[in-house]
Amino acid sequence: MRTDTIDRFADSLSGADVACTRVEAGAFADALDDVVEQPAVGVPLDIDGVSLDDTDVEVPPTPRLLREAETGVTRVHGIVDYGTFVIQADEAGAEPVSLYPTTHVGVVRASDLRENVHETASWLGEEFDAGRDSAVLATGASATADMGELVSGVHGPQRVHAVVLTDR
Amino acid sequence: MSADRERKAAKIRHLLETEGDAVFENTTHVNAGRYETNSHRDDIDELRTRAREIKEDAIERLPELVETVRESVEANGGEVYVAEDAADANRYITEVAESKDAETLTKSKSMTTEEIDVNDALEDAGVDVTETDLGEFVVQVADEAPSHLVGPAFHKSTEDIAKLFNAHFDTDETLETAEDLTQFARDHVGEKIMDADVGMTGANFVFAESGTISLVTNEGNARKCAVTPDTHVAVAGVEKLIPSIDDFPPFAELIARAAGGQDIATYLSLLSPPVDSPVVDFENPDEPLDRSTDDREFHLVLLDNGRTEMREDDELRETLYCIRCGACANSCANFQHVGGHAFGGETYTGGIATGWEAGVHGMDSAAEFNDLCTGCSRCVDACPVKIDIPWINTVVRDRVNRGTDEEFDWLVEGLTPDADPGGVDLQKRLFGNFGTLAKLGSATAPVSNWLADWGPSRAVMERVAGVDRRRDLPEFQRETLVDWFESREPLATAGDADREAVLYPDTYTNYVLVDRGKAAVRTLEALGVDVSIAPCHESGRAPLSQGMIATARENAERVADSLDPHLDAGRDVVAIEPSDLAAFRREYERLLDGERAQRLAENSYEVMEYVYGLLENGADPDVLAGGGDIAYHSHCQQRTLDVDQYTEAVFERLDYDVVTSDVECCGMAGSFGYKSEYYELSVDVGETLADQFEAQNVDQRRLVASGASCHEQLESLLPQDSTHPVELVAPAVERVPRTR
Ligand code: SF4
Repeated sequence: MRTDTIDRFADSLSGADVACTRVEAGAFADALDDVVEQPAVGVPLDIDGVSLDDTDVEVPPTPRLLREAETGVTRVHGIVDYGTFVIQADEAGAEPVSLYPTTHVGVVRASDLRENVHETASWLGEEFDAGRDSAVLATGASATADMGELVSGVHGPQRVHAVVLTDR
Repeated sequence: MSADRERKAAKIRHLLETEGDAVFENTTHVNAGRYETNSHRDDIDELRTRAREIKEDAIERLPELVETVRESVEANGGEVYVAEDAADANRYITEVAESKDAETLTKSKSMTTEEIDVNDALEDAGVDVTETDLGEFVVQVADEAPSHLVGPAFHKSTEDIAKLFNAHFDTDETLETAEDLTQFARDHVGEKIMDADVGMTGANFVFAESGTISLVTNEGNARKCAVTPDTHVAVAGVEKLIPSIDDFPPFAELIARAAGGQDIATYLSLLSPPVDSPVVDFENPDEPLDRSTDDREFHLVLLDNGRTEMREDDELRETLYCIRCGACANSCANFQHVGGHAFGGETYTGGIATGWEAGVHGMDSAAEFNDLCTGCSRCVDACPVKIDIPWINTVVRDRVNRGTDEEFDWLVEGLTPDADPGGVDLQKRLFGNFGTLAKLGSATAPVSNWLADWGPSRAVMERVAGVDRRRDLPEFQRETLVDWFESREPLATAGDADREAVLYPDTYTNYVLVDRGKAAVRTLEALGVDVSIAPCHESGRAPLSQGMIATARENAERVADSLDPHLDAGRDVVAIEPSDLAAFRREYERLLDGERAQRLAENSYEVMEYVYGLLENGADPDVLAGGGDIAYHSHCQQRTLDVDQYTEAVFERLDYDVVTSDVECCGMAGSFGYKSEYYELSVDVGETLADQFEAQNVDQRRLVASGASCHEQLESLLPQDSTHPVELVAPAVERVPRTR
């Protein structure tokens, strides 16, 4: 079941031009370092058995890091239907870290994947009630066609990468 | 041509030359995406219904939602200000900026702030304003107004923008490609965001219960404007209020599909400001973010500016359901060719613009180019909240008519026995009373045709009524369809058939395109139907397109009076002209009492739809003419009603090889193509259809069109004659069992 969900999520991600790495918690640090381009900045992931402390990602973010980092790493939730990241805003700075650097790497627990927008909205409703009341549904890289042709990487990231924790 | 008409024609000509190509390319691209993404889901209609219900309910409960959002935003630590009008909103916003000693402000695109011209107010107060949406930035650099709700710079090509930027900015290298331009604008605007003292956004939706604003973008600029500086001002029309986040899903699924053909927008931000995200102070680059003091400030400015009045207005209320996706503009053939600047009211452009302008800026602004809506109704299917945009345009046109001065009244009173008040423009009266004109023309044919075509009369018609002399006029037939039918001997089978139908002879069929009426009778009879014919009364379509609602209502009542006995007798009503069927099915509910309209709507059919039904129910297709190569253009209203599929199904059944057009509209849409101020636009739109057919090498094919105006347009643009589908499939004359 879980594998099937992850497969479908990966499919949708690829439709949105987002790469996907699957990894178990134990191998996370190495896997992350493989996908992260330096310099990298991140916010604490707050996932059991997984941390940025053992990686080359700098925490906490500073404005300089936001400006200069190639990669920003945050935890996200996922929507299977569209390969969407749900980035919850927090005091640590998940919102700017997912937005300013050229690449955004979203770390998602398989158990945080929800099938569709509908399920996501009900979950967000509960989160909102609990005070976590800002989130961004981000699908793929930022883009514009305003200059006459589709160009990726406008005000937001140019590349997006998902790291799925298959055993979490 | 009158000075006013000449001015309009000149403006359209200019826009066709300067902006037409870029708009055409952009809208075509977006439309293709919209059709493509919608085809992947079969629940679009359910989502639209749900979205509309939510909006209806929200507008109904608006005062209550305003109070709810005030409480929730205040509980979050922000402020809500309900601004009565533009001046009030601008005063509040500049005060906020001044209280922060703001020198710079970055904005993400928002039509509502365009509506109040907040940039001017801020600049006057000494605040430097930068638009961060790249399209809006282009428009700002060019010192122009947006031409589209979603793509403000839709009217500019890459080359136009390159020329603009190279002239305006001192860049190291000459900018050329879309990539160069994007990168340059992103860097330039990005610096501004990092420096900004205040960030301003609009809001696509505001969820009252949690005080959440939803921002829908692809670029990410709205997120940056909202979370980078410590002060965020969001400006939204009060109509953007929605009860709660639970109502979000249908809009999340619909808005990007409708706007750009994407499954979902790149960024759907749901922010409940002041947000928890740390303020990013680029002046202190090494201060860790999570220790930055969080003294965020948030102001939600809810703009009324006429919306409360719109809410109380039964006809304009629907405008408030609009989610500003721009799909109505993209699906509009006229928009595709001249772009939003032609639709100009003060701010809004394209399909729903007239409703918005009428509501927020008043009738004068709405009147300007309101005529560009031909009533083709293609936007109706495009709209994610099912707004009847053509009806809103008709209503506004009606109100504009009522405000017109009465200069030409002496010319028309008596001649045009309509129910609308004196003062309606003569051109409108002429087209709005086409039925009367046709009757007169037919009675005096061929003299009337000769007279109408005679040079000096064309000049007078053009000068006085704005009927363009380059357009061929309909040729009235001396023997009308009704006369022909009534002088026939009844069929041997009369009264014995399993099915009885009454043919509704529209004005065109009765007086001009009589052959298609005869073909319809022959076809139905050959398929075993007992046919009667109703008297010819104008359906109301003609006055409706001139915004003469009172006349249309009178027409509708007369038609219903004449059809009611047939409906009582259990007959089906068959219409030949798709726009008349559309009147029966769509507009009559606005013109007649509910039950009456419903019965007629439920029992009327387009002729080919009816033929399809007969064949499905066992009628013998062999009595019809089949086989052959045809090029078919259905009709815009037929497509909106989804009845075009029946014509095509019948063609298939009868072994025709069909090439079908897929442009939105032929560009004639009734009287539009006759009007001298719009003639050129009509031809330009029509050429897209002609080009499409020519590209498909249709010169050896028979040209078939369902609508009278499409037929005229095609004949004027392509060398072949065109026929109605029923003329094509009708049994040859000698095969009809004639008399007893
Ligand atoms: S009227 Fe409908 S289609 Fe037009 S912009 Fe509004 S929501 Fe979109």
